[in-house]
This record gives sequence, structure tokens and C-alpha cells, in this order.
Amino acid sequence: MVTYIVRRLFAAVGLLLVVTLVTFVIFFVLPEAAGQTPASMARSYLGRGDVTNAQLQAVMHNLGLDQPLLVHYWNYVKALFVGTQYSDGTPQLIQCNAPCFGYSFRLELPVWPQLTSAFPVTLSLALGAGVLWLFFGVLSGVISAVKKGSILDRASMFTALAGVSLPVYFILPLVTMFVCYRWNLLPNNGYESFTANPLVWAQNMLVPCACLAFGYAALYTRLTRAGMLDALNEDYVRTARAKGLPERKVIYKHALRAAITPIITIFGMDLGGVLGGALLVEQAASMHGLGYLAINAINTQDFPTIMGVTLFGAFFIVMANLVVDVLYASLDPRVKL
Amino acid sequence: MSQNAEAQFDTYQTNGFSSGTGARPFLDVRDLKVHFSTEDGLVKSVDGISFSLERGRTLGIVGESGSGKSVTSLSLLGLHKKADRKGRGGARISGEIWLDDEELTSADPKRLQALRGNKMAMIFQDPLSAMHPYFTVGAQISEAYRVHNEVSKAEARKRTIEMLDRVGIPQPNSRVDDFPHQFSGGMRQRAMIAMSLVCNPQLLIADEPTTALDVTVQAQILDLMRDLQKEFNSALIIITHDLGVVAELADDIMVMYGGKAIEYGSARTVFRDPEHPYTWGLLGSMPRIDREVQDRLLPIPGNPPSLINVPTGCAFHPRCAFAEQTGGASENIVPELAPAGANHLVRCHLPMDRRRALFAEEIAPRL
Repeated sequence: MVTYIVRRLFAAVGLLLVVTLVTFVIFFVLPEAAGQTPASMARSYLGRGDVTNAQLQAVMHNLGLDQPLLVHYWNYVKALFVGTQYSDGTPQLIQCNAPCFGYSFRLELPVWPQLTSAFPVTLSLALGAGVLWLFFGVLSGVISAVKKGSILDRASMFTALAGVSLPVYFILPLVTMFVCYRWNLLPNNGYESFTANPLVWAQNMLVPCACLAFGYAALYTRLTRAGMLDALNEDYVRTARAKGLPERKVIYKHALRAAITPIITIFGMDLGGVLGGALLVEQAASMHGLGYLAINAINTQDFPTIMGVTLFGAFFIVMANLVVDVLYASLDPRVKL
Repeated sequence: MSQNAEAQFDTYQTNGFSSGTGARPFLDVRDLKVHFSTEDGLVKSVDGISFSLERGRTLGIVGESGSGKSVTSLSLLGLHKKADRKGRGGARISGEIWLDDEELTSADPKRLQALRGNKMAMIFQDPLSAMHPYFTVGAQISEAYRVHNEVSKAEARKRTIEMLDRVGIPQPNSRVDDFPHQFSGGMRQRAMIAMSLVCNPQLLIADEPTTALDVTVQAQILDLMRDLQKEFNSALIIITHDLGVVAELADDIMVMYGGKAIEYGSARTVFRDPEHPYTWGLLGSMPRIDREVQDRLLPIPGNPPSLINVPTGCAFHPRCAFAEQTGGASENIVPELAPAGANHLVRCHLPMDRRRALFAEEIAPRL
């Protein structure tokens, strides 16, 4: 088990290095192939009208645009581990400590502090939504499967269809309008720190989390329903009944135990994906999380920030995969690591 | 079964293999019907079967796939989902099942639940799929014990280890914490038997208990079941398509075809003097090392009947080599289960003398 995890961690580092290489190629090699010159890239990085030649040279040097590609890439990876220094053309050097994800010449900030300040927002959204969608998705899926064909089943399947079909940028403004403005049930002040005031945090997070959770819950309802219907037809569920177990135990202990295992693994991966940035909901709710950061960076061609968010998101997906595999082995005794 | 045949059956039962004291047998099934309404039509899985069984005795129910033998066993335990009032979405069950003077088809689901696993228990066919893959063998057996007995976890565990030891699992103290996939096929079936016996059931139903096992292990499991039946003095129903298994264990044999019993009698009679052409077919398709003429097996031509469009008349007539000798009756009239000598009921249009002559002259020499 421990050796497996250590091995997987090494593999994860390797995989993340591949991700850096791919993003690096996308953001530094492809623009040149599309006709950009190092000078024009440096100019668009600076983003200001009056740029002296010395400033341009300094930026190009510090971005590594004047270096051979391999050296440039090596410096980028090295900065991730040991940090580096940047210059915006003025004599004052900008210190970028490890882990240095680069320096955004658009925002005139290193990328890493932006990631760390955006992360709590995304974490709040992901965890809040994750708890909601797992609980309600599994609950309605189980009820649907047990009462298959009933009004309850049809209602929950219809709601699930709505959840899959309605995009979050449609539902969120609608719900916000009614809940926060028409009925004044909840505030709509954006993200407030959890550590400062958990209650205010919860009040502000509830609507975005619920809207993000709705689509996922719909998916999980369908998954759980299908899994439960399979499990309820299994021989071991018949054995459980033949033992004389009450129906409640047959369903919630024997059938659900089998049906929940794949759900948990999918949940781990979905949560990892959302942690990498819930783009649509953050944009729709004006929550300044990783997704919001990524969209702004893409709009302003802020390459170091895009690369930073991509790498950061990839980290969560890779880690979620590892956690899921370990979790699966502990849930299913037939799986050995 | 018609009123007439039922009356005959009653007479037969009191004179036949029930104890004859006039009291109701320990297990008494009367005209049991299990029908399922499907989109293709009404499936008559079990269509009016009757049998009885005393404690300490073994009944073998034999038939091909789809003859209704497993459905019969599941309905004894009340494991079918009952149909709604319109007769949809489950099984329509009619008839009577008397277990120790208690009628089960009309019993409250709670009452059935209290009996299941306790007074009546079942051994399933494939122990790998019949045991939960995510719980240890011990946990599954303890659970069966604790549902019906108010004992502590430690006591249930002690009882579980005793049972595992009794059914011949080596090192039961450590194997109790293994998962089913860590057991071999034979051990899993032993564990399954331990699970079904943990509450000392008086009625034990084994549905194809050895089908999923190696031949060498089959014999061990059959020996084990015979010993345990003696020890617990339970009534045992063995459901199988394997005549070798019932030959080992059964006192009585009921042969089923198309949801009906077509021959029912003591094991000795059914094996030595079978009178139904279908039973001849079953015996003829069983390999035997002591067969005198080393000839090919005699398979029954055709396939088991559809349970939706059961052939008219005798359900077996399309596959029967002697159907034309009935003068057309087999195609139009459903034969009745009629007495054919002591301890013997046969559902066939052929006259008894003719059947016996056919068996003696044509069939027996080739078996």
C-alpha cells in the first residue's frame, strides 16, 4: 500500500512535468509558429503603449524569449522548485519565490499568490457543492431505484433530466434573482472568508454551491439509480433477503454498499476536476476563484497565469486520481494495490 | 390440477408417503401456482404443483432449465416480489404452502421475514455470486444469526466459527475474517451451507447446490449435506437437473416439466420403474459407467416449452416419441397426475400397462 502510494506519487510528478511541457509548448512555441516574434510577445506582455527598447529587452530576457527553447523550459521548471527573479525593465528586480509559477506582466504580480488567494474560493465551491450533490444525488437515486416506476421515481428522473439539461449560467442568475433579490432570503455579496465568519460564508456560498451541485446531482441520481437497480438484481441481495434481513437493511446495507463504490470513485474525480476551477459558476457568480482567474487570463493573453492555473488544476486531477485508486482498493476487498 | 386429481392426490397422500396419522405433513404444498405477467404474456412458471415432506426426509425436484423448479423454491421462502392488485409487476401466487401448520402464501411479509433464514433457509446455486463480495464470510454468517437471535457480536462470532468448523472449513478462527473471493469454490459452498444452517432451520432448500462445483467437491458437499440433515433432522428439498445428485440424497422425487409435476414418487420407484416418457429421457441422457450397451446417450429431442405458449394438451407431446400412441389425446387434453401403483403419480395419457410394457421392452434395455 505505502510503496504503491510512493510509486504513484513519483508517477504523478512525472505526469505533471509532462503537463508543464505541453502548456509550455502551447504558450511559448505555438505563438511563434503563428507569426508572433519575441519582441511582439514581450510587447503584448507589457501591455503598455510607451515601452522603451531597454524595457522590451529586459522583459524578453526575463521571460526567456531570447534563450534556446530547452534552456527556457529548464528555467521554467527550475523556477517551480527554487524560485527566480524577474524584471519589468526597471532596475528593480522582482523576487519570485518557489514555487514560482511565473510572473504575470499583465497584473504585475507573480502567479503563485494569485493562485493561493483564488484557491479558497474554489475550494469552498467544490466542497460545498460536492457534499450537496453526493448526498442528494445518491439519496434520490436510491429512492428512484427502490420505488422504480412510481411517481417519485418519475419526478426525480424528470428533475435529473432538467439538471443535466439546464446550464449553470442559466440557473444561477435565475435562482439568485428570486432567492437573493425578490425574496431576500440570502445575501449575494460574493465570497467571504470562511475563517472570518462561517455563517456569512455559508449564506453567500449556498446559492452558487447548490446551482453547481444541481447538474452533478442529476448525473449522480442516474448513476446511483442504475447501480442500485443492478445491485438489487444481484444474487447476494437475494441471499440477504433469504437470511430474513429487514428490507431496510437489504437496501441500505447490502445493495447500497455495492452500488456506492463506483459512485465514490467518480465523485473523487469530479471533485478533483471542480477543484481545478469551476469556470462557469465562478464566472456567473462573480466568485474570484481559479476558474475566474483562468478566464480573465485567457481574455488578456496572460500566458504565465494560464499556465499556472492549468498546472494547478492538473495537480488536483492527478491527486484526485491517486486518492480514488487508494479509496477504491479500501472499498473493494477484491482489489489489491 | 382438477378437483378430481386433487381428491386422488389427497387419498394418495394419506395412504402414501405421509405418516398416515391424518395430521398435516410438516411441509404441505397444495396446488401452488406462480404466474408472472409480462409484456409478452402470462408466464406460468409454476402451474399447480402439490407435494409434501416430513422432517428428516429429502425431496428431489428434478427438471430442465425453465421447468419451474427454482421458482417453486423461491416461492416457498416468499422471495418473489408480489404483483400489485392489477396482477402486474411481480408474481401472482395462488395455492397453499403449509409449513408446520402455518399457511405461508397468505402470511404477513413480516412473518415470512421472521421465518426466512430461521425456520426455513436456502442454499443457493453459485456461492460466489450469492455471497456479498464486500463483506467477510464471518460477517455474513453472523448477520444471519443475529437477525433471528438476540446475541452479542462476540457470541455470534463464536457461533459462526463453530459452524464453519462444522462444515469442514480448516482454521475457522482465521478464515472467518476472509472475504468470499479468498475461498475456493467448494469452501464457499461450505460457508454458504454454514450460513443457511446457522439458525438450525427445519426446512432447508438447496437450489442446484453442486452445479457450480468440481465433481470431486460435489461428492464432499453432498456427503456434508446428508450428515447435516441427519444431525439437524431437517426437511430437505434438493432442486437440480442432475439425477445423480438426487440419486445420492433423495427419498422422494418430483420430476417437473413446463411448470407441472409429471412424475412424483419415491426415489426407488422413479429410478427403477419410471413411467413417464420424459423421465425416461432424463435417465437416458445421464451418462452411466455401468450401462450395459455402450451406446450413445439418448438425448430428449427439442427444447423445453415456452412458458407463455405452453403446448396444448400434454406439454411434453411435441418432444414425446410415443405421443401418437394416445390417439390424439396428447395434443388436446391436459393429462392428469394420476396414481400408478403405490407411492407413484404419473401425468401421462398412455395407459399404465402400455407404459410399463414400453419401458420394459424398449427403454430399460438401453439405459
